[in-house]
Amino acid sequence: MTDAAVVPKKRMSPRKRAALVRYIQYAILVLLVVVLALIADWGEIRRAFLDIDIASQLFPDVILIALKNTIVYTACGFVFGLALGLVLALMRLSSVGPYRWISTGIIELFRGLPALVVFLVLGLGLPIAFGVNLGNIPTVTLALGLVGGAYMAETIRAGIQAVPKGQYEAARTLGMTHTRAMVTIVIPQAFRIILPPLTNELILLTKDSSLIYVIGLSLDEYELTAFGRENMNAFANLTPMVTIALCYLLITVPLSIVVRRMEAKSGKAR
Amino acid sequence: MTQTETTPAAERGAAVIDVQNLHKYFGDNEVLKGIDFHIARGEVVCVIGPSGSGKSTLLRCVNLLEEPTSGTILVDGEEITDPDADVDGLRARIGMVFQQFNLFPHMTALRNLTVAQEKVLKRGKAESLEIARTNLEKVGLSDKADAYPAHLSGGQQQRVAIARALSMSPDMMLFDEPTSALDPELVGDVLAVMKDLAAEGMTMMVVTHEMSFAREVADKVVFMDGGVIVEEGLPADVLGDPQHERTKEFLARVL
Ligand SMILES: Nc1ncnc2c1ncn2[C@@H]1O[C@H](COP(=O)(O)OP(=O)(O)OP(=O)(O)O)[C@@H](O)[C@H]1O
Ligand SMILES: [Mg+2]
Repeated sequence: MTDAAVVPKKRMSPRKRAALVRYIQYAILVLLVVVLALIADWGEIRRAFLDIDIASQLFPDVILIALKNTIVYTACGFVFGLALGLVLALMRLSSVGPYRWISTGIIELFRGLPALVVFLVLGLGLPIAFGVNLGNIPTVTLALGLVGGAYMAETIRAGIQAVPKGQYEAARTLGMTHTRAMVTIVIPQAFRIILPPLTNELILLTKDSSLIYVIGLSLDEYELTAFGRENMNAFANLTPMVTIALCYLLITVPLSIVVRRMEAKSGKAR
Repeated sequence: MTQTETTPAAERGAAVIDVQNLHKYFGDNEVLKGIDFHIARGEVVCVIGPSGSGKSTLLRCVNLLEEPTSGTILVDGEEITDPDADVDGLRARIGMVFQQFNLFPHMTALRNLTVAQEKVLKRGKAESLEIARTNLEKVGLSDKADAYPAHLSGGQQQRVAIARALSMSPDMMLFDEPTSALDPELVGDVLAVMKDLAAEGMTMMVVTHEMSFAREVADKVVFMDGGVIVEEGLPADVLGDPQHERTKEFLARVL
């Protein structure tokens, strides 16, 4: 204790200790991978998941029908959801009480329901109750739009409220009406703020679009999941699932990268 | 209270801003307690007073950014406190400059100056651009036309904000502490622009802590405290020879 020079030698610096902990973590990870690789039956895995013959038979339909339909369904739902979300957000911020109550009701309802339930009600419930059969694209647009719109409404509302009040006041001071000030000044700034969470919502909707299977699809209406399941059963093999998984990643990974770029950029601007 | 007849500028024209018995409450808090006040055409009026005395609230009532609780405000003889008044048309005629600039960050300096000309005054693109460029030049920032606000200094942003207000060809300008958010070395440029404006005969109501600006440029100085106008008159009188104890105390603190 009296010899001060000895103490630092015995103790590890915090940085060294952190490095050691990290090496231990890496070692555990490597060990895990090695053990899994040793006990796995590679021949069986290749046969069940990675059968090139089967995979090649999926093309070009997996792209031209399934991937295309997933993108179309998602885009329809997202666009409608975005418009609906904007309307709901503006209603929630309105000074008119009934507008606020209605939009709060819609938001709470569709945020609270599983997307599957919304698909079932729209796709199967409406034809029974009212004798209207919407067809696939309108159903998926409505269902994804309602679910996505309810979430996006809250995001958009937060974005609008994050725009400094002085922006709105400056716009009104220049003689703009309330609507003009919102459209030209406030909403464009709000969307810049909320672009990352909106893109995340798009990723979620991409996956939710698979729920359309509950209303029954003809072959050329298959989206990725339905296509994968159909072929999985037909071939009694999991390769189609691996293929469609890669297709989903083809959509979602670039979106994630875009979000991360935007977040890094807005972080720098601040 | 010194009467405004003593100010020489009152002879230049009739009152363009005429505030009568103005009261403003925020909840139970009475912030303006019966303000009577007017500005003649071409007059520069500086409003001074301690923090929380209601200066900003008074200024914001003049273009109805705050709704007066009671009282009458006439602008150019038109009663703007009338529920049927054309508030948007009125605001387009009154320029306002904020302490925090409030430039639109998603638009270039030039676009900041043209957007309301096009959307509110319905001026054509070419005309708006020409007016915008003239006003940018006037505030000495022609070379910053394509810059976004984030790339401008505070002083430059405030001058763009003044140019933006001027581009609407306003009859009068309201300034709420336009230099208070600026680094000291940037204050001069903004004040110089305001002095030019005053020299051109613009009607101006300026809330400010810049006593030298008030002394040099103002036709009338108004001292507010606790939601009332305590004293008003020529700058030499109010700043140089205050009659009220509260004015003396305030000036002793800021001068
Ligand atoms: N929107 C508001 N809601 C509630 N109270 C307010 C609001 N705006 C101002 N006030 C209150 O009104 C009073 C006067 O405020 P005002 O901003 O007019 O003062 P000021 O003279 O401009 O002060 P400063 O020099 O600090 O800008 C203050 O007590 C303030 O708290
Ligand atoms: Mg103020």
